Amino acid sequence: MNEQALLPIADDELFLGWRESEWTGIAPMLEEDVAFSSIAQNEIGHARALYQLLVGEEGDADALAFDRRLEEYRCAPLVELRLLDWAHTIARRWLYETADEIRIAALKSDPDPAIAGLAAKIDREETYHRMHAEMWHDRLKDEPRFKEAVEELWPYALGLLPPELRGELVQRVGLAEVEAVERGTHTDELAPMWEEMTEVRQSAPAGAQW
Amino acid sequence: MVAEDVWAALEEIPDPEIPVISLVDLGVIRSVDVQNGHVHIEFTPTFLGCPALEYMKRAIEEKVPGAEVEVIQDDSWSTDKITAAGREKLREAGFAPPAPRLIQLQSQVHKCPYCGSTDTRLENIFGPTPCRSLRYCDSCRQPFEQFKTI
Repeated sequence: MNEQALLPIADDELFLGWRESEWTGIAPMLEEDVAFSSIAQNEIGHARALYQLLVGEEGDADALAFDRRLEEYRCAPLVELRLLDWAHTIARRWLYETADEIRIAALKSDPDPAIAGLAAKIDREETYHRMHAEMWHDRLKDEPRFKEAVEELWPYALGLLPPELRGELVQRVGLAEVEAVERGTHTDELAPMWEEMTEVRQSAPAGAQW
Repeated sequence: MVAEDVWAALEEIPDPEIPVISLVDLGVIRSVDVQNGHVHIEFTPTFLGCPALEYMKRAIEEKVPGAEVEVIQDDSWSTDKITAAGREKLREAGFAPPAPRLIQLQSQVHKCPYCGSTDTRLENIFGPTPCRSLRYCDSCRQPFEQFKTI
């Protein structure tokens, strides 16, 4: 039960964190270099905490994070996309945070106190991601390039949430519900990202020391 | 060894990223339990992605040999757990301490740690570590780091 609910979120946070970290050093302005690095660090921290919850305190969260076969990852296609322009990057940030707020709110009332407690802790940090995403959304919302990017990524954003939570996302984003790009299949962009992410782990299975 | 000794020892461990305050000041030690010589310490991370987490855990284990350190991942830490002494030490070192959560969420007032003016503006929500924002004081023209209220 836990795994079904939490693994998709953990995988989303891990891979999106990795994607956001790709802006470190090359974001269009220094403030965003810092922001994306910090957001990436938080998202990967959330993934780590969720994996740890799934494997138990003594379990190996890294093994769950990195040692699965590609088809076993449960991340949504949205977080896999390698987005090379700022309009798409911000469109994904805003769509992701809007959807993430909805599912984290649902987890906060989970009957399992360990899940509800961790969700509440994650939510405190996400407040600042949402402030950042909203600030950019306010700035870009009338720009044609941004609007096109939001529309292009919208079917992917719907795929972040289980069907019962999508109505709220539709309401918040203000676009009509369309056919979602569903979780469960992967884009071609996952494999190269995963290979890069696990390169050290694969080359030193006993554990890298430096 | 009694619980007071453990707390005293923990007070000597500086926060690795903001060493002016101790782990006790930071409020990340949730509880200390000593029974028949066995020490159990509950430790709550500040931000989940904090890279200093393992370092802090090891520092506790070194300072209190034999202690069992349990990392608690629930919602029990917030910046409201930073002690009054901790806040003052932060301010003296040029970090604006986090305002109490209830007040912050309503007022949006941020005080400069140098001159006390509230005429400050946000430069960046994010800063050198996950727990800090960057602000600028228009009164004394000093940039400063704001500990995020979470």
